[in-house]
Amino acid sequence: MRTPYRLGLAGLTALTLVSAVGCGSTSSSSSSSGGYNWSKATSAASGGGLSALVTAAKKEGTLNVIALPADWANYGTIIKDFTAKYGIKVNSIAPSDSSAQEVTQIQQKNGTSLAADVLDVGGSVATASTSLFAPYEVATWSSIPAGLKNPNGLYTGDYGGYMSVGYNPAKFGTITSLSQLLGSKFKNDVALNGNPTEANAALNGVMMASLAQGGTAGNIADGVNFFHQLKVAGNFNTTQATPATIKAGTTPVVFNWDYLNTASVVGQPASDWKVFIPSNATLGGFYYQAINKDAPHPAAARLWEEFLFSQAAVGGQNLWLAGGARPSEQVAMTSNGTINKADAAALPPVVGTPVFLTQPQATAAATYLAANWPKAIS
Amino acid sequence: MTTATATQAGAQPVRAGRRPPLAWIGTLPFLAYTGIFLLLPTGIVIWNAFKGTSGGWTLSNITALNTAPVRSAFKGSLELCVISSVIGAILGAILAYAVASGNPDGMIRRLYLAGSGVLAQFGGVTLAFAFLATIGPAGLLLHASWYSSFPWGIGLIYCYFQIPLMVLVFLPAIDGLKIQWREAAENLGGSTWHYWRYVGGPLLMPAFTGAALLLFANALSAFATIEAWENQINYVVPQSISGSLISEVGLANVHQGDALALGLIVVVVIVMTGYFLLQRRAARWQG
Repeated sequence: MRTPYRLGLAGLTALTLVSAVGCGSTSSSSSSSGGYNWSKATSAASGGGLSALVTAAKKEGTLNVIALPADWANYGTIIKDFTAKYGIKVNSIAPSDSSAQEVTQIQQKNGTSLAADVLDVGGSVATASTSLFAPYEVATWSSIPAGLKNPNGLYTGDYGGYMSVGYNPAKFGTITSLSQLLGSKFKNDVALNGNPTEANAALNGVMMASLAQGGTAGNIADGVNFFHQLKVAGNFNTTQATPATIKAGTTPVVFNWDYLNTASVVGQPASDWKVFIPSNATLGGFYYQAINKDAPHPAAARLWEEFLFSQAAVGGQNLWLAGGARPSEQVAMTSNGTINKADAAALPPVVGTPVFLTQPQATAAATYLAANWPKAIS
Repeated sequence: MTTATATQAGAQPVRAGRRPPLAWIGTLPFLAYTGIFLLLPTGIVIWNAFKGTSGGWTLSNITALNTAPVRSAFKGSLELCVISSVIGAILGAILAYAVASGNPDGMIRRLYLAGSGVLAQFGGVTLAFAFLATIGPAGLLLHASWYSSFPWGIGLIYCYFQIPLMVLVFLPAIDGLKIQWREAAENLGGSTWHYWRYVGGPLLMPAFTGAALLLFANALSAFATIEAWENQINYVVPQSISGSLISEVGLANVHQGDALALGLIVVVVIVMTGYFLLQRRAARWQG
């Protein structure tokens, strides 16, 4: 999905790869349950309804997912609950891959039973790869805001959050503005989740700094300049922040999505980890679900989407919420009462008008970073 | 050196009768192996380096190599490889000599070899993190200011696996030095300096340069250690290749990665050619 926490995931990756290879030959491609070809289904109704979809998916028995770290937006639990509910085995391929690597994987493995059935990708990759996706509308399609979905259902916003600063209040006191980070008590302490020319989370971290410095979403230069000042002050720590570096105390101030910056995800006691979202720089970002149009398990892929976008108590939307992420159907679920109120209340407070990058804005930011980021911080 | 002459003498068995020469069959596994794991991947890399993102042939990936970030990555790779392989080779050779001059069946030697075998493989994220947590900017032991300097800081971290590797590959050459040669030099009135200058040094030089070359290549391809050490700047070429493969913000270009890899192949070819010429020269007078 991105370039997240490599430490400790290597072993897990190896294990899941082994299991993926182990059962690779058992799954059959092209669904034939009841004669209906689910790879052509654009909704559950078009194939005979949800129960027909469940039957076909159970017959396939397996689902290949890719780039879903267990500690990312509660995916560990989501996968477990999906398997418990439908008895479908989930092969979690390469949990720490980036969105770009997800697309490469299906390009290389399509035609085999090892290709990923479903993807969870950032906006840049989603819009650039639509020719590889199958159009599909989940049952709750109307609950998803129009701005978060491709009108043809080629990709659909699933969950998101706001860019935040996680830090230890016991060590630094309360942070109320980003410019405080330029102070001398933050020597070598401020880190990003990745390199902004490679990772979405890091690019948005720089963009948040840009907005906080009075910049606009169309211009990331102020953010690059902020990190230049951080570097000059000796406060920018250029190792990638991970739960391991946070535990070791080497990256005590971290720019990251709020759902990756919670005390439980980074493994800190709640008293030692606080999340701050600047009121003048509320920058949101969503990830997108897409179905591989050549998915080896087309029915299971579609059932997975129905599960992820379900508003049930044990459905994807509430499970993401439990992981600190904001599900795309949050507004609709709040008004129809299906949302888990305790989890919703536990989200970090957001004030000010949220900003979401449009695709041209994200592309402009990446182009500017490619030319200017290395200079600014070396 | 002595083993080489021995095999030369033994390589000409007396042939009985006239059979078609089938000795080449023995090289088939080797040729198949290098073909599949060396030549084929190299060919694919070269082929793809000239492909465009939307198909078709292009030189744009190659011309893109002549940009400031790529030039600095190649410069960084060369600096890091030279520093870590020279320091690693010299210190490793001295250590190997110390080990070789001890008891050949002693505990110390076995301990050193076992330790070197483990540490030569100790790299990647684990190594970078061990240094980071111990002597990094917020280290437990000390806050070393050289830690984050390029190329010296990371070069010294690389030495952590380069020196043990040198001990492992260079020790057999030192073991090959015969005590009689030293005695002969002394009988002829030579000093320790004379022995190393005219006998030991020249005999070990081909093995030494070969081992140093191995360390150079080892450092050239190392990726995980430096990526965990420095995430924001692409100091070396493998980091740039990674960026061109994984960027999810729209900057990924697989074929640019192939072009960068082609650049690394050129570096290795140049270094190997230099090594080959050096060895040929050494072999001439050793004859």
